[in-house]
Amino acid sequence: MDATEAASKLEQELEEDFHGSTVFRGEVSVVIPDSRIKDALKFCREALSFDYLVDLSGIDNMDEEPRYGVIYELYSYQYGCHLRIKTGVDEAERELPSVVDLWPTANWHEREAYDMFGITFKGHPDLRRILMWEGYPFFPLRKDFPLAGKQSDMPDVAFSESAPLEGGPFVTSPTSAGTDKREPRSRETHS
Amino acid sequence: MATETAPAAYDSKIEGNIIFTRLDAAINWMRGNSLWPMPMGLACCAIELMATGASRFDISRFGAEVMRFSPRQSDVMIVAGTVTYKMALAVKRIYDQMPEPKWVIAMGACASSGGMYRSYAVLQGIDNLLPVDVYISGCPPRPEALLEGLMRLQAKIAKEDSLLAQKRELLDDIG
Repeated sequence: MDATEAASKLEQELEEDFHGSTVFRGEVSVVIPDSRIKDALKFCREALSFDYLVDLSGIDNMDEEPRYGVIYELYSYQYGCHLRIKTGVDEAERELPSVVDLWPTANWHEREAYDMFGITFKGHPDLRRILMWEGYPFFPLRKDFPLAGKQSDMPDVAFSESAPLEGGPFVTSPTSAGTDKREPRSRETHS
Repeated sequence: MATETAPAAYDSKIEGNIIFTRLDAAINWMRGNSLWPMPMGLACCAIELMATGASRFDISRFGAEVMRFSPRQSDVMIVAGTVTYKMALAVKRIYDQMPEPKWVIAMGACASSGGMYRSYAVLQGIDNLLPVDVYISGCPPRPEALLEGLMRLQAKIAKEDSLLAQKRELLDDIG
C-alpha cells in the first residue's frame, strides 16, 4: 500500500466527509473536516496501520476561514509510506479531539499547539503549556502576536517585556545584486 | 592626592622572607586569583566555557578552574548563553544564593543584550536582573575572549576597596 491507496481507502471510509487530496512532489495530503478528524485518524491508525505520528503542528491562516488548522504527519512502518492529514479549526471554538489515545507521542505535540496557538484538545490527559510558563497570557505563534512580544508578569514565575526591534524585523529578498543589496533590511525600507 | 603605590614590595636585603603590602592589595590578590566560577551554561556559549576549562585553554592558569555547581561556593557567575524569560528568575535566584563578594560575567551576545533573539521569549540582556561586571562580545566568544574577560575582572577586583567595604558592612550590621 502506498499513500495514494491509503488516501482512497480513507475516502471510501469517510465518503462525503473526505474533502479531497492533493499530491505535491510525491507527498499526499488529505483534508478532513474537524467533525470527523478523530474517526479519520482512528481509521488510519487501526485499519491502515499508520503506527507512527511523525508530527502534529498548528497553523494560523490569518484572514482565512477557518482561521486555525492542525496538520498530522503520519507514517506507516509496515508499508513505509507517509500521509499528511489537514484539518481546519474554528476560530470561536478552537477545539479538536485529542489523539493521545491513538499515539501517545501526541501528548507533547498537542501541548505545544495549545501553548503557541491556543487550540485546546478535548480528552488530553494533561493539557498544560509546554514551552512558555503556566500563567503566560498570550499565544505567541498567532499571526496577530508581535514578534517583539508583549509585556506580562507572573510574580515569582516569570515576566516578559517587549523586545526593542529598532526598525526590524529585518528581511532579505532574493537578488543577484551585490552583498550591500542582499543585506537584511527592515520591511519599510525594502523596495 | 592619591598616589599609585605598588601593591607589594620585596627587598631581599632587609628581611629574607618578608613581603610588604597593603591589606587591600593582599585581599584583592587572593580573591582575584582564586575566582570560583558558577557555570551558568544556558546555550552554546557553555560549550566554549567547557573548552576554556579543558586542557587546551586551561582556565586554571588564571586560578578559576574550580567550577562550582553550588552557588554557595562560588564567587563569579559566568552567564553563558541565552537567558529566556522562563529561566530568568531561576538565574536571579541562583545569583542571590551566592555569598558576597560576588561578580558576574555576561558571556556572549545573548547574555549581554539578548543577541540575535529580538523575541518574545528572551530576556534582552542579563543586566536587566543582575549587576554585570564584564561583558564579553562574540557569538559564541572564543575561549581566549573568556580568558581576557576573566583577566579584566581580575584587574577590576584589584582596584576594589575591599577592607573599606568590609568595614562598612560591619558598621551596617552593628547598626
